[in-house]
Amino acid sequence: MSTRIKRRSAAYYRGMRRVRRVALGCVTALVLFYVLFPYYWAIVSSTKQGAELYNSVLLPALDFRHYKELFRDANFATSIFNSLCVAISTTALSLGLGTLAAYALGRLNFPERRSLLLTVLMISIFPQVVVLSGMFELIRWFGLYNRVWSLVFAYLIFTLPFTTWVLTSFIREFPRELEEAAIMDGCSHWRILTSILLPLMGPALVSTGLLAFILAWNEFLFALTFTLTEGSRTVPVAIGLLAGNSRYEYPFGPIMAASVTVTLPLIVLVLFFQRKIVAGLTAGAVKG
Amino acid sequence: MASVALRSVSKSFGHVPVITDVNLEIADGELVVFVGPSGCGKSTLLRLIAGLVPVGVGDVVIDDEVVTDIPASKRGIAFVFQSYALYPHMTIARNIGFALETLGLSRQEIDAKVAEVAATLKIDHLLSRRPRELSGGQRQRVAIGRALVRQPEVFLFDEPLSNLDSDLRMEMRMEIAKLHANLAATMIYVTHDQVEAMTLADRIVVLNKGCIEQIGTPQQLYHAPQNRFVAGFIGSPRMNFMSVSANSSGAECRVQGPGNLSLDVTLSGPGSPAEIGIRPEALSITTQGQGKVTGTLERLEDLGHEHLAYVRIAPDVAWSVRLPNALGKISTGTSVGLDWRLEDLFLFGKDGRRLDHSLSHERSAAANGGRV
Repeated sequence: MSTRIKRRSAAYYRGMRRVRRVALGCVTALVLFYVLFPYYWAIVSSTKQGAELYNSVLLPALDFRHYKELFRDANFATSIFNSLCVAISTTALSLGLGTLAAYALGRLNFPERRSLLLTVLMISIFPQVVVLSGMFELIRWFGLYNRVWSLVFAYLIFTLPFTTWVLTSFIREFPRELEEAAIMDGCSHWRILTSILLPLMGPALVSTGLLAFILAWNEFLFALTFTLTEGSRTVPVAIGLLAGNSRYEYPFGPIMAASVTVTLPLIVLVLFFQRKIVAGLTAGAVKG
Repeated sequence: MASVALRSVSKSFGHVPVITDVNLEIADGELVVFVGPSGCGKSTLLRLIAGLVPVGVGDVVIDDEVVTDIPASKRGIAFVFQSYALYPHMTIARNIGFALETLGLSRQEIDAKVAEVAATLKIDHLLSRRPRELSGGQRQRVAIGRALVRQPEVFLFDEPLSNLDSDLRMEMRMEIAKLHANLAATMIYVTHDQVEAMTLADRIVVLNKGCIEQIGTPQQLYHAPQNRFVAGFIGSPRMNFMSVSANSSGAECRVQGPGNLSLDVTLSGPGSPAEIGIRPEALSITTQGQGKVTGTLERLEDLGHEHLAYVRIAPDVAWSVRLPNALGKISTGTSVGLDWRLEDLFLFGKDGRRLDHSLSHERSAAANGGRV
């Protein structure tokens, strides 16, 4: 005989389900508000002029003067171009090098593998400030100071470890038999990587690539330190150094307009690749 | 076509020995099946032959040529994987032709060969699809096609049918047997499925803990296992065993054990039996008092084409009995006797080796007469 289980009426359970659904909705709304409000506030502020900024009306004023000024500014266009160059090259380089390293670390057996992987992880935990002055010296020695490429060089130090790390775990999850089949078919390591693994690594490449891109796009400290003139600045630095009409005016509106503008490409990228990102981030979590 | 030989091959992963001193000769055109419990090293042995796992000690010889250090793709071998290992992002045609592509053959040559192989395997209508759109049986055919297209001298199969349902498994088993008959190629086949081993094999290699326990035709293994392990491994339901004590005077030996067992046997070699074994199909159920052992009928299973009875002889000994017909009016819980012909009795020494007795030769003769 089964033990007696205390059971309530069907209406009670129906009611509980409704309560739970409403509660979930409330919590979701709260979290969304917390995450999205700062960005919304930036949009609102970017359309306000002068003294309007100081009354906290939540509705945008829909005055796009700041945006128009921004796009007429040649320096801003240059810095966007610089940022694109830096972010794209950083992403491409770290994906290329990261894939090669990941294949070696994930698939080939050599004795130093473990210690090498740990070193890679160690590098990525250093705070930027620690590396800053040393990196500055390196960049001077290479004659890269005040050049856009100095930033690509500097960003690789934090994008490469995590791309390598993520791609390594992705490659490890690959069915061993698939690779053995390729070996039986006469493939070299290079051909296994390019013909078998790479085509199947799309999601992982997209998600790690996107993260690298965002990191490079938003980075401020290195970009501020390693560049000097307006012609070699990236967007975050250009925004940070925006000056007002007089030294007593803080150009809050233009800053907000610029910030919103430079976030848009990221949002477009993420939305475009979102399916692949989810696939890439959950790869390895569940065996499929 | 080629013969395959392993000469004192050993392999260990780290400090764990996986294969210990394996010697094996496989003749040209032979189909040899490796069986053994999981973890016995049968898949590793196959990968050693293929060259996917480097040999630790010893040599792999294909067609009288030592290939130990020759890379996998240059050994003239094709491998069919358990998971099929089809490239998910390629069409079926490209999957089959990929090895030829790597070899650098021209497009027309590849297409012609792929089409030919696809036609023989009846998968020509699937060539433009991708692996995920195929059923398990179709994927299996593609995997075989991928092996066939390279016209290898040796085929290696690693549990190729274990992912299929039983109907398809039987069908593909026939296909592989047909393939072997048509190509007359040397094939090595790893499985844990007894039926596959017994029906496909010219010879079976029984592996246990990285060592070969016995090599022989299916009939030899069934009728004349060399030791307790092989006796227990081949046959389903497995052989019944019972520990016994023996009093011997010369070759004459009295074997005694639970269930009032008392048997006189004449040993035809040295050693003293520590265990007896009888196959379920060699047993018959009699009324209590008759037969060689008594026990309690515990359970009856009606499988339609046969009946299985479980008889408990001692608290830790229960034997299964395979009966062609229903038992009639004997109900569970009653005491019954078990009887068998003396030539069906297996005797095992303390070390697990089988001991010959005067009547066991008849059985061995049957084994050798059944197969050349």
